[in-house]
Formats: sequence, C-alpha cells, structure tokens
Amino acid sequence: MNRRTFINGFLGGSLLATVASFLYPVIRYILPPKQAEAVQKKVAAAKVGDLAPNSAKIFKFGSSPAILINTQDGKLLAFSATCTHLTCTVTYQGDTETMFCPCHNGRFDLAGNVISGPPPAPLESYKVDVAGEDIFVSKKA
Amino acid sequence: MRNEMMMKKWLLPLAMSCLLCFPGLGFGQKNSCLDCHSKLEAELRAPADAFKQDIHQQFGLGCVDCHGGNPAQDSEDLAKDKSFKGSPKRAQVPEFCASCHSNGATMRRFNPNLRVDQLSQYWTSRHGQLLKKGDTKVAVCTDCHGQHGIQSAKYPKSMTFPWNIPQTCGRCHAGAETMKDYKIPTNQLDEYKQSVHANALFDKKDLSAPTCNDCHGNHGAFPPEVKSVASVCRQCHPSTGDLFSKSPHKKAFDDMGISECEACHGNHKILRPSNDMLGTGEKSGCIQCHESGSKGYQAAADLGRIFEALQKQMRQNEDILALAEKKGVDVSQPKFHLQDVNTILVSAKNLTHGLAVEDIREKAAEGEKILVDIRQAGDKALQEAKFRRTGLVIATAFLALFGLALFLKIRDMTRSGSRP
Amino acid sequence: MNKFGRNIVAYLDDRFQLQGLFDFAKKKKVPEHSYSFWYYFGGICLFLTGIQIMTGILLLLYYTPSIDGAHESIQFIMSQVKFGWLIRSVHSWTANILVGVIFVHMFSTYFLKAYRRPRELTWITGFLLLVIFLAFGFSGYLLPWNELSYFATRVGTDIAGSLPLIGKWLKTLILGGSSVSQATLSRFFWFHVAILPMAAFFIIGTHVLLVQILGMSKPIGINEAKVKEISFFPDFLFKDALGWTLILVLIGVLCVFLPWEVGKKADPFAATPLGIKPEWYFTFMFTTLKLLPSHIIFIEGEKLAILAFMAGGLFWMLVPYLDRRAAQEKRSPVFTLIGVAVFLYIVVMTILTYTVRGL
Repeated sequence: MNRRTFINGFLGGSLLATVASFLYPVIRYILPPKQAEAVQKKVAAAKVGDLAPNSAKIFKFGSSPAILINTQDGKLLAFSATCTHLTCTVTYQGDTETMFCPCHNGRFDLAGNVISGPPPAPLESYKVDVAGEDIFVSKKA
Repeated sequence: MRNEMMMKKWLLPLAMSCLLCFPGLGFGQKNSCLDCHSKLEAELRAPADAFKQDIHQQFGLGCVDCHGGNPAQDSEDLAKDKSFKGSPKRAQVPEFCASCHSNGATMRRFNPNLRVDQLSQYWTSRHGQLLKKGDTKVAVCTDCHGQHGIQSAKYPKSMTFPWNIPQTCGRCHAGAETMKDYKIPTNQLDEYKQSVHANALFDKKDLSAPTCNDCHGNHGAFPPEVKSVASVCRQCHPSTGDLFSKSPHKKAFDDMGISECEACHGNHKILRPSNDMLGTGEKSGCIQCHESGSKGYQAAADLGRIFEALQKQMRQNEDILALAEKKGVDVSQPKFHLQDVNTILVSAKNLTHGLAVEDIREKAAEGEKILVDIRQAGDKALQEAKFRRTGLVIATAFLALFGLALFLKIRDMTRSGSRP
Repeated sequence: MNKFGRNIVAYLDDRFQLQGLFDFAKKKKVPEHSYSFWYYFGGICLFLTGIQIMTGILLLLYYTPSIDGAHESIQFIMSQVKFGWLIRSVHSWTANILVGVIFVHMFSTYFLKAYRRPRELTWITGFLLLVIFLAFGFSGYLLPWNELSYFATRVGTDIAGSLPLIGKWLKTLILGGSSVSQATLSRFFWFHVAILPMAAFFIIGTHVLLVQILGMSKPIGINEAKVKEISFFPDFLFKDALGWTLILVLIGVLCVFLPWEVGKKADPFAATPLGIKPEWYFTFMFTTLKLLPSHIIFIEGEKLAILAFMAGGLFWMLVPYLDRRAAQEKRSPVFTLIGVAVFLYIVVMTILTYTVRGL
C-alpha cells in the first residue's frame, strides 16, 4: 500500500466514523421518546362515583398537587391545591364548604377566591370534563 | 360704610365655620396659618411643610380644625383669637385627638369604617396607664402616628404601615437612655429583626406576617400574660396550637405556669425551627425538662433521629441535583418533587407539637419514599452528564482523526502538485 | 477514484449530462496570497447555514408554535427527547456563531474591496443575506416563548413602531396585532421556517452562482506574480473541510459544557425585567438608541437614530456604486477608512452594552 492509498483510506475511514457519530444522535432523536407528549394537558383525576358529595380528593396535575371537589349539589370542581401564601397543600372542609390551608389558616371559597387569612391570590381553577367513567381535569384555555 | 365693614367682619368667620360642616368647601379658602408658617424657619415651618401630605388635609380639614384660631386673619394677634387652642401638651394629646376620633357621629362623616374606640383602648394600655399617673415620657398618639404628616396605615410610607411599625415602636423601646427608668429590656427590636417573622415581613414583603402590634395590640398595647402568648400565636398557627393542646405537654406546661409556645420558640427572636431543637443535643429544648433515661428523653431522641435522617437525605438529593444542573443536565422535574418533600417536612415538623411519634414517623416515611425517586432521577442525571462528556470525547476524537487525515491529504497534494 | 465510483459517475453522467459541470468544476481555481485566509469565511457561512437547516428540521419534529405549548415543548426537547439537548443547543449556538461569521465575511470582503466591478450584485445579495439572517435571529429568538424572548421581541418591535409614518402599520404587521401574542408567535414561526428559508434559498443561490461565474476577487494592485492558484476541487475544498471540522469541535464543546437554557415561561403580565437587551448582534443599535439624547434640535433622538441606521444601511448596500476608485482598480483609502469607522462603531457600541452600568 503506498502513501497515497493509505491517506485516502484514512480520510475515507475517519469521515465514515465521524458521520456515524453524528448520525447516531440524530436517529435516537427521531425515535419517539417514552413520554409521548410535551404537555400533560389532561389528567384523569378520579372515576365517577369515587367521591361522595361534599368531599374532595388531592391528585397530581403536572408536577404539582391539585384538588378535585364534589360539592354538596354534586357539581365537580377542580383547583390548584398549592396555597398562594407559602405553598402548603390545601384541604377541603365539608362543614364550611371551603378550601382550607392548615399552615396559616388561609381559606378559599368554591370559586378559588381568598375569603380569609394571609394568601395574597386566589387558587387557579381548572376545567373538569367527564368522559364515561373518568373525570378529566385540564387547564383552562 | 361702617355697616358694610361690619357685615364683612362676621361674614368671613361664618364662612370659615362652615368649613367644619362642609369639608369640601375647605379647598381654596384662605389659610393664613399655612401662609405664614411656610415662610418661617425650622420647627415653625415644619408643620406647614408636613401638612401637605397629611390625611386630614385630604379630607378637607385644616389647621383650624384642630388648633382653632382664625385662618382668615393675616395678623398673628387676630389669627390667634379666643378659639385658638395652640399645640396641646403631651398629656392632653390623647383627648385632643379623641375629640374627633372617639366621636362616632363625627368620624362617620369622613370614614365610616374607622373604629372609634382607640382612646378607651389606650387607657387600658401600659402607655395610657402611665400617662394617667403623670408620666409624660410614654407614647401618645403623635409619637406613633406623627403630628402634621399623618398618613393612613394603608400607605406604605406611613409610620404605622406594617413594615414600618417595628421602627416606630423601636424609636423608644430600643433606646437604652429613653427606657432607662422602666426596667424593661431594649433588645426586642434587635431580636425581632433576626426572626423569621421579620424576614417574612421585610424580605418577602408578606404583609400578613406579625409585627409588634399583632401580638401586643395597637392602642391597647400591653405585654401579653404568660397564658395569653399562646393564644396570640394560635391566631396564625392554629393547627400547631390544636396539636399542642391535645398533647401531654399542655397540662404539664399549664401546671408549671410555662408559656406554651414561648418556652421553646422565644418571643421576639423567633427563628426558623431547626432539628437541633429536637433530639438530645445541647441545643435541644426537650432535655431542659426530660432527664436521661426517661420516656420523654427517649421520645426526644427518636424524634431527633427521624428528622436528622430525613433532612440528611434531602440535603444529599439537593446536592446531587445541583451538581447535575451545573453539568448542564435538566433536573427541573426532580426539583419540583423536592418541593413536595418540603411540604411533607413542614407538615411533619408541625406534628411534633402533638408528640405522637408514630404519626411523625409515618409522615417522614412518606417523604423518604419520594426522596428515593428523586435520588434515582438525580443519579440518572449525573449519568447523563457523564454520557454527554464521553460522547463529546468520542466525537471529537473522530473529528480530530478526520482533521488529521485532511491535513495529511492537503500536505500530500501540495507536495505532489494536486490530483488525488 | 475506484472502479465502483467511476461506474456511478458514468451512470449519472449519461442521464444528467454532468460532463459540462465536471469541466467547469475542474477549471474552478482559488488564488493563494497573503489575504486568501479570508476566502474561507463564505464557505463557513454556507456550512453553518447547512447545520441550521438540519437542526432546524429536527427541532420541527417536536416544537409546538403555540403559547400554551412552545415553552413546554422546548423543555420537553431539552429533558425528554434523546439528544434533544444537543440538537437544540447546536441550533442556538450555531445561530450566534453564524451571525458572527457573516459579519467577518462581510467586513473582510469590504476591506478587500471584493464588491468592486463586476461583483456589485454579489455584494448586494450578500447585504440582503445579512438582513435575512438577522431576521432569522430575531424571529427564532421568540420561538421558545421564554421571558427573555418575549421582552426582547417587545422592545424590538417597539423600536420598529417608532419609525415615522409607517411605524405603527409596520409594528402591527410584524406582531400580527397590537401586542406580542399568539398571532405574533404564529407569524414569527411562519417567517422562520417558511418565508425566510425560501428567500434565503433563492438569494444564497444567486450569491453562490455569481461567485462561481465570476471567480474569487483578488485584492487591488496585487502582484500577479506572487499569486499562485489552486484548484477548488479537491484542494481548496479539503482546506475548507479542515476549517469546518475545527468549527464542529468548537460547537460540540460549547453544547456539552454550556447547553442553552430553557428559561422561564413568558408572562405577558409580568413587569419587564431590568436590563433587558436584545441578542448581542442587535446591541450596537440598541445601545445607540439608549445613549442618544431624547431630542436633537427638534427631532426625537430615537427616530433620528433609526433613520440614520436606515440611511447607513442603504449607503453600505450601495458602496460598490459609490466607490469609484475601487471600480477603476485603484486604491480607495476613503472607503477603507469608512469601513474602519463602521467596524469600530459596531464593536465599541457592542462592548459598551455589557460594560456600562444601567444599560
């Protein structure tokens, strides 16, 4: 093998290796990732019948807690459960039909508005849709 | 001619006294007090300058409404007529202000929302009690509210706006000279400033955070008695209070006459509770009463261990995530989860007041479960960082080889004059 | 070339009649002289554009151009998609490097007076490409929909809106409405992936075609004896490739050690963050506007500056026709000085943006 052939071979070989090391990430990129979609738009919070009237359930929405409430009249409401004061998780109190934060006594009505205590802002309300057996919660548009 | 003059003479004072009934007419009327005083110097000028910002002025009230006199007259002697009250002496200030502020009918005309019991509250306060006994050094209305530039407590620059209150009270209470006759400490302001409440109020701008008046009262300011301190704390910390009331400590503390919250948390220098307050170390509150070998000592040791373990794990996870982030890997998901653990930690710390060790253990276990997941994510992130660096090395190695090959090829071609 | 390669070439030549192309390619020469180092930069621009097209197409696979999903999709690409962090970081870093190289290419051709006859149209198409790529940068910057992008876009379009007469209309046209909104994001996305690529394709085509037909420009008054010529294929191409290889290593290192951040999602109701600035390549204009007094005689300082920039741009574009001496192959020191002044102005204003407090 003369020098020229060696150099040409070296050139071709290293080019191939470089291209391969570039193609590998591109192919892995195109193959679908495990979590199919970027945004967790809809979450199945509970099944119909799980919640008795005038009770609530805490569930995971995205990366933060949310609360699903079945009111006394059977209406389904959902809110962010992160208290706007110091981020504790709120609970539902059936006797007063309000959401209550045990950390510093913050209290929210069933529209998410602050009715007493230190929280500076209302709780974000979410959309509730019932599809068959499941209760879906999603962010409002 | 004389009749006309006579008419003019009583017409103006009549118009002026209408001021008292119709504040709106106050605007634009002659005010010789301000005219003269704003031309004077230093202390005599100060009221005229300050009054521009005063809330009373905004309601159409003027100098004459508190001090009397005739604001239509430019001559000093005529202005200071029979109705002129001058500046009240310190001991008279509360009643001077209360002449309007304790009168429901009067206040209703200006601000129906304002309370009218400040004076009666004041007489129950330590300041009021001492004033009645003849001590004029104590605080009167003007010491906290100002004299001529009085602003609503809702206005951030007001002396009585929440984050200005510690300074307003501290003007006297933090001064060794001022307080030397009263035999009470003067370090409260310093201690408060180090507290977690001060941090919330000043740094986080959380106006719901307690300041002097929230625990001591406003006009009825008095140091709370031992039994009442806990009620005061329960205003904002109800669940903690409930847990404590159900715990064996309640009866024990009451029997010993110890103030519930204050015994472990202090009064002004209330710091963020640390794990050192539990357990059996030297900073522990538990061992102040519970001797080694007792059940209480054992419980203290258990609690100390539970929290130490939990916090150690949290810190480890935080460090791993920070390291991964520094290396460029995205860790926002596990960081979010750490917030959940923080909520559990706060909840568990709250539960310690109930002293139900098993409940606390359960809560801590909840947190530990999440921490295991976070640890996994953190480790994965560190692995990813290593993977990226390895990948870079490999790709760069290939590129370097390719570059070398090119270089040799170019050199070869230049030497032999082209043609591959 | 080996037998297999020769067979393929013969097959294609038969059908595409490539012989003419090969003859032309063999004849293409590149002069070598003390300034020929600057010849690499055009090719580097083309190479980086190629990287942008490839990474851009890959990002299209996972990006969502809606205000509810844009930021989240970038977060997704950076954390969930395999090598998403790499593709996205390459795209962001290369964008900045490309604009920098475009400026180098522009100034080097300016100072070498390569714009002179018969290469005026090469210069003009080049100027249009500068504008197109700045537009690429501006439109692309909004797409992640984070705090910085939202406010930088607001500031930038406010400046466009302050133009006399057409300002308000122009701002509405760019924004798709009265403020930065979903309409803006859709519009910028449309620009970034359709309109600008199409425009760039045709103008780059024209630009490169002109370079092929007219060959490389040599500096004025160069000693022809000192000029050696090498073939473009494959000699100069291999040298080009060496440069490209080094740049790839640089990009790789940058992406692994300094991956592009995702940032905080844009909140139109939040206050404008202090010290908000556009991307570095716009800062010389931005800082000029900030430093000028509010009124010069009776004209608003800002409006005057914008008009001055437009006039300056027009002048710059028409330099081939204004520089008479260069057109006659004579040295043209006046235009060289103008070029130095412009260069220094841009560099100084850019540096001032990051060193002066309160800007």
